Amino acid sequence: MSDTISTLPSTKGSAMTDQTAIDTAPALGLHQEREVPDLDDPVFELGDVSVWYGDYQAVRNVDLTIGRQQITAMIGPSGCGKSTVIRCLNRMNDLIPGARVVGKISYHGEDMYADYVDPIEVRRRIGMVFQKPNPFPKSVYDNVAYGPRVNGFKGKLADIVEEALVDAALWDEVKDKLKTNALALSGGQQQRLCIARTIAVKPEAILMDEPCSALDPIATAKIEDLMQDLAKTYTIVIVTHNMQQAARVSDRTAFFTAEVDADGVRHGRLVEYEPTRQMFSKPTDKRTEDYISGRFG
Amino acid sequence: MTADAHAASARAAVQRSLAGQRRPLREYVFHLALLVSVALALAFLVALLSYVVVHGWDRLDANLFLNQPTALLRRIDEAGVQSAIFGTLWVISLTALFCIPTGVLAAIYLEEYGRREMWFNRLIELNIQNLAAVPSIVYGILALGLIARPPLNLGFTVITAALTLSLLVLPILIISSREAIRAVPNSIRDGSLALGATQWQTIRRQVLPVAVPGIATGTILALSRAIGEAAPLLLLGAVQFVTFNPSGPDSSYTVLPIQIFNLATRPQEGFRTLGWAAIIVLLAILLLMNSVAIAVRNRYQKRW
Repeated sequence: MSDTISTLPSTKGSAMTDQTAIDTAPALGLHQEREVPDLDDPVFELGDVSVWYGDYQAVRNVDLTIGRQQITAMIGPSGCGKSTVIRCLNRMNDLIPGARVVGKISYHGEDMYADYVDPIEVRRRIGMVFQKPNPFPKSVYDNVAYGPRVNGFKGKLADIVEEALVDAALWDEVKDKLKTNALALSGGQQQRLCIARTIAVKPEAILMDEPCSALDPIATAKIEDLMQDLAKTYTIVIVTHNMQQAARVSDRTAFFTAEVDADGVRHGRLVEYEPTRQMFSKPTDKRTEDYISGRFG
Repeated sequence: MTADAHAASARAAVQRSLAGQRRPLREYVFHLALLVSVALALAFLVALLSYVVVHGWDRLDANLFLNQPTALLRRIDEAGVQSAIFGTLWVISLTALFCIPTGVLAAIYLEEYGRREMWFNRLIELNIQNLAAVPSIVYGILALGLIARPPLNLGFTVITAALTLSLLVLPILIISSREAIRAVPNSIRDGSLALGATQWQTIRRQVLPVAVPGIATGTILALSRAIGEAAPLLLLGAVQFVTFNPSGPDSSYTVLPIQIFNLATRPQEGFRTLGWAAIIVLLAILLLMNSVAIAVRNRYQKRW
């Protein structure tokens, strides 16, 4: 029982003060503190991207620009391809036999799938946090130290570990049990440990694939708070099933949906990509509106 | 109807619905059949062990370990099986040395690198499964033709025996190591790779440590099979009457199962008792190896 209620997110209530906000905004918990950052210096650019698994085209024709030091959320119903797309951004999809990417995904303007690119280096720069917390069955310390170790870090490991745990808002809870097995931590702590592990290698971007879906609301709130802090330094992309979460934490939201083509093949498509406030108040596409208002999905 | 009567009939209805159907006889019969099977297996084991201990107890003394076998009837009471004990230890150590690295590396290849959609990986898998079922005497013939005689021409030596037993248990070792590696959750691999670790770093630092208990168990089971094998070694010179300990990998040798076979076929009661005692030694070595496996498993076991 180390999760306490005292750190519930403070961002929720602030929407009330903005008189011009649409009525739905406070209900959705839209955070209004941050200006919507611009897309002038994008980290990722997806140009007409399709993803194939063998003969099956899972995601079609996605165009998306993801900006620096902001939180981009991907939402949509099951099977809409949002997880598939996020796994392309650090080439984790390479690990699935038969998976291939068509179209262009660039990282600071450079083609991430060019022949000379080493996927190991890509993953070092673009970290990932998974749906189910997956700490290694080692001590808390070794979990965080693992990334720097495999990347040949020379220097004081203990400092890196402490820094990462502080940044992941976990240090106070684990500083006296760095030697205990990470699997003894609570689910929420394990997930923050996975975030600490990721930032210990100092990536530029962090991809989060439904990072809170296995957590209770209090642990979820802590992770959401943490994401807001991290967005000052890191570029964050989050896939979530939870629309309220996207509304609460993200600067921009991409809405994906599953469609069936003329041959009856189900595939994912990007429908709309807007600043989050705009998407949740004045969506331009009918399908987005239906999804957000709970008419399907 | 009175209120009391109402209440009573309602209670009866609830009781009827809770009582359910009488359990059919089938269930009891099945239960009994399970118990009988377990009891039978246990009874055979106990009978076998006590029979062996009763017959061999008299000769379970220091002479057994300190003296060599003899053909002389006047020394029947002080004969031992030292050459076979040392032979067994030599052969099994070399077998472990050959088959553990090969088996574990082969398992890593098949699980972590070999893509299943490549036809030759599927062919290798199929072959390994078939090899595990090949009778051991066939391995003996193969080794006689390939290892003991040219091309390898290693003769009837400890190393020939060890290589043969390695071939024999390699499929078992590979299959059990693969299962241990496969049991490591993929989320661990993903977590490691997402931090920029290479595939080998992931295997070496995350997958193998978690798979060690399973690999150790499989290894000991495979070596236990090897230590009890007599059939292939019958063809490879182990039947010679050996009264000296092996001096190295290129030495002549005999092993316990074959020594037991030799002693059991002698007409003299004294030699046969010695055979029983040798069985106890063989079982003790096996038991020791299994307890090592259990210790390793408990020591390294990880819980999720």
